[in-house]
Amino acid sequence: MFPYRIPLRDWVTTAVEYLERELGPVFDGFSAFIYFLVDNLKEGMLFLPPIVLILIITGITWYMAGWKNSIIAFLGLLLSENIGLWEAFVETLALVLSAEIIVILVGLPLGIWAARSDRFNAILRPILDFMQTMPAFVYLIPAVMFFGLGLVPGVVATFVFALPPLIRLTNLGIRQVPVELVEAADAFGATEFQKLMRVQIPVAKPTILAGVNQSIMLGLSMVVIAAMIGAGGLGEDVLRGIQRLQVGQGFEAGLVVVILAIILDRITAGIGVKKNASR
Amino acid sequence: MEDKIIVKNLSKIFGKNPEKAIGELKKGKSKNDILRELNQKVGVYDVSFSVKKSEIFVLMGLSGSGKSTLQRLLNRLHEPSQGEIIIDGTDITKLNKKELRNFRRKHFCGMVFQNFAILPHLTVQENVEFGLELQSVDKPTRAKKAIEVIKLVGLEGHENSYPDELSGGMQQRVGLARGLAVDADILLMDEAFSALDPIIRRQMQDELLEIQDRMQKTIIFVTHDLDEAFRLGNRIAIMDDGGIVQIGTAEEIISRPANDYVKAFVVDMDRSAIFTAASVMQPVEDTAFEGDGPRTILRKIRKKGLTGILMTNTRKELKAYIRASELADYINKNKDAENIPMNEGLLHEPASVEENTPLNEIINMYTDHEFGPIAVVDKQNKVKGVIVKGAVIAALSESYIPGENGKT
Repeated sequence: MFPYRIPLRDWVTTAVEYLERELGPVFDGFSAFIYFLVDNLKEGMLFLPPIVLILIITGITWYMAGWKNSIIAFLGLLLSENIGLWEAFVETLALVLSAEIIVILVGLPLGIWAARSDRFNAILRPILDFMQTMPAFVYLIPAVMFFGLGLVPGVVATFVFALPPLIRLTNLGIRQVPVELVEAADAFGATEFQKLMRVQIPVAKPTILAGVNQSIMLGLSMVVIAAMIGAGGLGEDVLRGIQRLQVGQGFEAGLVVVILAIILDRITAGIGVKKNASR
Repeated sequence: MEDKIIVKNLSKIFGKNPEKAIGELKKGKSKNDILRELNQKVGVYDVSFSVKKSEIFVLMGLSGSGKSTLQRLLNRLHEPSQGEIIIDGTDITKLNKKELRNFRRKHFCGMVFQNFAILPHLTVQENVEFGLELQSVDKPTRAKKAIEVIKLVGLEGHENSYPDELSGGMQQRVGLARGLAVDADILLMDEAFSALDPIIRRQMQDELLEIQDRMQKTIIFVTHDLDEAFRLGNRIAIMDDGGIVQIGTAEEIISRPANDYVKAFVVDMDRSAIFTAASVMQPVEDTAFEGDGPRTILRKIRKKGLTGILMTNTRKELKAYIRASELADYINKNKDAENIPMNEGLLHEPASVEENTPLNEIINMYTDHEFGPIAVVDKQNKVKGVIVKGAVIAALSESYIPGENGKT
């Protein structure tokens, strides 16, 4: 239609290359931090005999989500160990947890800021929309460019993909705190910080925890995709199953992903409920 | 009594350019014009009043009349657009953020809201301690104060309950206790009892008056219910369209409504519940004293042309009522004696009420006390005045204005 083609792809490539060149040390430092986090989590969990870790996870599930869920967790974990996917399971768990830790560290403050500033919220919202609608695979490319192949870009891509729901739900939760509760605190002469810590965050907690649950679930789905850039874990087994058309192997790995998803979902969904019941 | 809060020419415009809106209002533009032309909403315009120490001052009006806005201006939850708010000598409109925060902590007992606004994740006691906690009061002092106030509002035994385990009335007690726990003296109550069902509501009103008797806070109470306003308020400000239409006691408002708007409100009021003994009583013409002889007493009665007379002791404390006809008969029977002693049978139990007794209770007394006027006494049983039947009936007629009743 037009003789001229807008060189969008060149711009993006140039920008990414520029960032990589100029901010190399920053990325290296960040990379080292993430690697440290994931590796220690993974090695720590693998250090324990499988049955000990299985019992610990079962125990946590029991405490958070009741005995029925803990039985499902226990059987699922035994199965994972039995079919030889234990190490991959632990690796994937470490990836998801690391990504989630960073998501919480970044997402919670951003969500709070968005709730307190309409202007910041207006800027942030289209960015979050963009992040969520962009196909998940696309994140793999810049992640690889900045961090190479392996664990670290996997965590970074997961982080980017899992961040929006926590920011959104933190923002929503705080905005939904009844105005009278905030006025009551104001009328007593509360500082902004007191209002946030004593009223807004506690009252918004169930919504914020729903955000944590959502982002963990999204993170898990991304971790599997991140196997394509060498993040390892269960995704790698799924990928191998696809590449070699080994249906049985692919199914096994997929099933273990589902088991992990169920356990993580039950536990994190339980946090909010548990806190309400036992306050 | 001294003024606790003085408000001068206070206005609140919601919008981008309040100065312009106020300028236009001064030129006589209507609030609707401001909304249409400048797209600014007039919340409160040019309001002046003062609140006395330890009184319950009620802001009464329909929804949208600006009463809640006005209340929130008093502690600057809303920023005033213009005017002064002087509390204990400080103009709080001039305070910066930090000064305002400290001022709120020192002078305000927080607020009590229609929907209670207590924190769902804290226990009753933690909620009551909330205001103190914000002021960094140490834990033991806080707990001691909280337990004291919880007792005062009648929530003993519920210290460790959570709000969702309590009824509406009990939740509002928590809200009230939270305010009373703070060592300050202005309490703001915004439609505090409007969400409660009628019986609980009445009960809470009574309890508030009882607590007020002991705590002597300065209370600004917002309500849309005239009954509640008249029941609770020492003085009531009736608001309409962002301004105060009339300020006065219940009696003043019901007897001299400032305009048709107020008249429409008060027309359905039960006048007999508003007017009190003090407003219909007349001065006592003369009294008999203990120790007066029958002849002396009869002379006093004849001189004033009365049908009977009240007897008091020398401290003016009410003792008895003596009927003229009985006394005359008694003297007639003993007319030969030099000094007739007073006969116990002539001294009747006097009917008496306290000054703040409403007329509807006084009317009921007439069926019990066939004879004589009803004495009005203060808390020490000292005679302040008397009520005659005619005055009660006159007070219930719509044209009645207290203080102008002639002698009967």
